[in-house]
Amino acid sequence: MDRTTLDLWVGIFVAVGMAAMLGLAMKVGNLTSSQIGETYSMTAAFENIGGLKARAPVKSAGVVVGRVDNIRFDDKNYEALVTINVGTPYHFPKDTIATIYTSGLLGEQYIGLEAGGDSAMLANGDKIAKTQDAVVLEKLISQFLYNKASENNSGDKK
Amino acid sequence: MFEHLTATLRGIGHRVIDRIWHLGAGARFFLHTLALSGESFRRLHLTIREIYFTGVLSMVIILVSALFVGMVLGLQGYNTLQKYGSADAIGVLVALSLVRELGPVVTALLFAGRAGTAITAEIGLMKATEQLSAMEMMAVSPIARVVAPRFWAGVFSMPLLSALFSMMGVFGGFLVAVPLIGIDNGAFWSQMQANVDWNVDIANGLIKSCVFGVACTIIALFEGYDAPPTAEGVSRATTRTVVNSSLAVLGLDFVLTSFMIS
Repeated sequence: MDRTTLDLWVGIFVAVGMAAMLGLAMKVGNLTSSQIGETYSMTAAFENIGGLKARAPVKSAGVVVGRVDNIRFDDKNYEALVTINVGTPYHFPKDTIATIYTSGLLGEQYIGLEAGGDSAMLANGDKIAKTQDAVVLEKLISQFLYNKASENNSGDKK
Repeated sequence: MFEHLTATLRGIGHRVIDRIWHLGAGARFFLHTLALSGESFRRLHLTIREIYFTGVLSMVIILVSALFVGMVLGLQGYNTLQKYGSADAIGVLVALSLVRELGPVVTALLFAGRAGTAITAEIGLMKATEQLSAMEMMAVSPIARVVAPRFWAGVFSMPLLSALFSMMGVFGGFLVAVPLIGIDNGAFWSQMQANVDWNVDIANGLIKSCVFGVACTIIALFEGYDAPPTAEGVSRATTRTVVNSSLAVLGLDFVLTSFMIS
């Protein structure tokens, strides 16, 4: 085989290989969707974060607007302090509520931001005052069982 | 009785020392190759020729095996996942297992069998027919002229082959999951994209394949270079290439994974 045909084949090989890498990045991985661009950070304190992890999405109205940067434990108030990065195009009012939701029954957990009606906006480094904790399934079930039991007891007395 | 025991012990000791000598010579050979690899970039057509023989000619076996591995993953994964009512997660299962583990490892094993043996046999025969000695006589370093271009070609080809394998495997999984089983097309891709991370999963897979590329190629080259210059010696060296490369790939995979997972 002369050298030009050989070069052609190697060129095809390299091109196809690079295309496969690009395909992995774009089609299989989340290189495109994970980029939010420039961000500003806010903190929110929760009493219980459930199974929230760093890099979990921050959504508002179901749209990803940011990511969880880090989670640490505040040993003064015994709370979890979550830092989130939100994309600079998105602004939220001061009275926004941050809630930890679970996507689906067994899915991953994410932070949902529900905008309030305040005219002042949250800025870089601000703390979101209103938060709602993650729902812990065991607590919910035990509450439900407890209520059922008390209902039955009161029914028996009648 | 006593003489028999000492003879056995001596035999074991001899074999251990032989192995250690082999390891040391291999490491020296590796450094020597790195030191003399300037020429394989200055005379790039040497390297491109070897990329053709190691990379391009391995493409068919890589693509065909990847298709089948992906299809089997799809079938087996569906079988287990549907028991837990999460058959939609099949895309994640196929993509993660391919990108993280199967892509780099199976590519390296196939590469050792397809390209590694060819390299060992070629260099072993070059040595047996005294072509390497002839080069030395002409003051041409066989390491710079023969070994280094093959080394860089292997190191360059492996990540590309591994990416091709993963992509083709995902396609195979897609073929089984979406048209054959009837998983929703959107759920298949969106769950995959939500759970496969570029810097964690895909980049680590590519790092693995680069390391395997270095290991497989240098083992194949060293076994060929070290082979006794006889027909039997070359055949034994070829066998040793496959055995040692496979063991090295699987061992290195464990070490690399334990670093990447933590």
